Amino acid sequence: MRNIITVLLIPSLPLFAFLLLGIFGNSSNLLKKGAGIIGTTLMGVSCLLSLQTASNYFFANALGQTAFTGNIVFKYTWLTFGSGISIDMGALLDPISAMMLVVVSFISLMVHLFSLGYMKGEERFSTYYAFLGLFTFSMLGLVLSANIFQIYIFWELVGVSSFLLIGYYFSKPSAVAAAKKAFIVTRFADLGFLIGILTLGFYGESFDFETLIQRLTDHQSPQFLAISTASFLGVTGLTWGLLLVFMGGAGKSAMFPLHVWLPDAMEGPTPVSALIHAATMVVAGVYLVARLFPVFALSDQAALDVVAYIGIFSALFAAVIACTQTDIKRVLAYSTMSQIGYMMFALGVSGYGTEGAGFSASLFHLFTHAFFKSLLFLGAGAIIHLVHSNEMKDMGGLRKLMPITHASFLIACLAIAGIPPFAGFFSKEAILHAAHQNHPGIYYIALFTSMLTAFYMFRLYFNIFWNKDSHHHSEHGEGTWSMKLPLILLGIASVLVGFIPFSHYVSSDGAGLETHVDLLFSVAPVSLALLGIMAAVYLYMKPSNKPEALAQSLGLAYVWAKNKFYIDEIYLFITKRILFNLIGKPAAWIDKNVVDGFYSLSATVTAEFSNTIKGWQSGNVQAYAIYFLGGILALSTLLMYVLK
Amino acid sequence: MTPISLTHILILSTSLFFIGAYGFLTRRNLITLLMAVELMLNSVNINFVAFNKYLYPQNIDGIFFTVFVTTIAAAEAAVAIAIIINLYRSHNSIDVEDAGEMKY
Repeated sequence: MRNIITVLLIPSLPLFAFLLLGIFGNSSNLLKKGAGIIGTTLMGVSCLLSLQTASNYFFANALGQTAFTGNIVFKYTWLTFGSGISIDMGALLDPISAMMLVVVSFISLMVHLFSLGYMKGEERFSTYYAFLGLFTFSMLGLVLSANIFQIYIFWELVGVSSFLLIGYYFSKPSAVAAAKKAFIVTRFADLGFLIGILTLGFYGESFDFETLIQRLTDHQSPQFLAISTASFLGVTGLTWGLLLVFMGGAGKSAMFPLHVWLPDAMEGPTPVSALIHAATMVVAGVYLVARLFPVFALSDQAALDVVAYIGIFSALFAAVIACTQTDIKRVLAYSTMSQIGYMMFALGVSGYGTEGAGFSASLFHLFTHAFFKSLLFLGAGAIIHLVHSNEMKDMGGLRKLMPITHASFLIACLAIAGIPPFAGFFSKEAILHAAHQNHPGIYYIALFTSMLTAFYMFRLYFNIFWNKDSHHHSEHGEGTWSMKLPLILLGIASVLVGFIPFSHYVSSDGAGLETHVDLLFSVAPVSLALLGIMAAVYLYMKPSNKPEALAQSLGLAYVWAKNKFYIDEIYLFITKRILFNLIGKPAAWIDKNVVDGFYSLSATVTAEFSNTIKGWQSGNVQAYAIYFLGGILALSTLLMYVLK
Repeated sequence: MTPISLTHILILSTSLFFIGAYGFLTRRNLITLLMAVELMLNSVNINFVAFNKYLYPQNIDGIFFTVFVTTIAAAEAAVAIAIIINLYRSHNSIDVEDAGEMKY
């Protein structure tokens, strides 16, 4: 019973903050001033409860047993459709959701804290905290979902709160456009997700994760036979369902070709980017695939292969683009996309049970990535706060001005580059190891990508902190302590979380998996990462014309990467030229002339008719008496002579 | 002298009814209108009594109805005259054509 209350409180506290600040935040002066403190306090309590729940789950429950089974803490049947299908509202505690609870609530707390300084003096300060609360509530609800429909509801909620936060500076046209773009692209992906849910639910005859997974992995069950014999366009119902669900995940996780919204989403306030577009919401797709992983791994290798190929392609594609971007947040956005690509292909190459090293590695990377990537974003936030620009050319030599930011940024860069003993080394190592065992082709691409990762991260680092001398005066220094504290905490976390024996706690079948770091295996990735760093040192540590010369010599390849391979332009061409002209315009014409015409016509006819008959209502009593008499006479004639 | 038959009486009541209807439709003075209505009601009364007398002489239902109609006619006359008085106060006239506001 105590457990239920704790688990329900975790998402409810941010929801409470949202309601309180959203409804009363602008009317009460006290709430307007104290919005940050209130939001942060509630988030802090929620974070503590999450940590307590997770530690109870992993440590107290684990005494004497190694398997962490799914544990439905709470379940309420919401909508029943008959024949055993119902939409429930529930809370599911299992290794991945417990792990995600910690990630989401901890990062959210750090962002709340950081925003105290960063967003200070904003006009809509309380609205900002209200939106943060809404987002955190939705994300926590998403990870706790016990039902695929429930996850869809929270999925849309995180989408809308992401929309609200990207468009926070709604007086900036680019922010409005970015918010719309993010919403439309992810909505489009969610259309696939919904159809996938309905496909799986229709054949699996349940929306409940546990029942669904159990039925679809049992190759003798009637539901499995039905879904695997049903086929559409030569692909089985199961593959369609899983691929469509993955489409939803790819949209949220910015996988190629649905990634176009993520770089633009950087228009939002930087702490928001740290929370939503680096650590939590964008990994929802990975979480979703992990949630349904047994079905992917045991029943449908083809769908899992698609996940792997899309993952590795996105990882490489985004890393190449990241090397050419000059807006520091965009570099980080592409780096996020690349790292999520890592998580995706790690799931894709993984097997089930004892073969499930990739699964654990993927979620391990999700875990560590959340810390160092949000650290990078918060660091970028601190830098932008000082420099008032996102462009690399406006920075340089900042290491003396902001020592704490510099140190934590360096830690995060080393972590993401995969240098031991930082967190990223362990998780990336695990991913590469899993790829090496199951899919050598992907392994080599991933190795190359990790070198690129080291290169573009240190390109960013040197451009910000070294290169030319600083011309900035530190008017307000590095920022308040509320901004520095999250950087320090996340920096410590980025060093330490790698040492967690993650696969022991989180594995595909819950049995735990013992892995060890293979030192010989690590030689290649680490030396390649060092090579990437050396290249960055050579090119960017001192101001020089070497980068321009390199860009010149790369020619067209550089231009293409700099312009993001023209994916945005392709989308614009397809939507504006093809969809709008061939579908939008005829549809608008039909709407205006046929549909509207029909209703205008019926309105005109009614108006004319009533104009005609209203003359009869003259107000003259004797005229009424004549109608009355005439009516009676007509009726009597009718009854007496015609209908007798 | 032949006895008066039912037909005779029905002809009388029908004439009376249509005289009343004609008066109701053509006159302009509200008091006259009220009188025309009384004519119509009383033509019905004649019908009730006649049918009772000629067809079911053992019953008295028709005569009862006549009493009811007379009573209701009295009440109706009271209400109608009250309306007419109010109309006169507001319009300074009891011409039915002057009270034409209740239209669309």
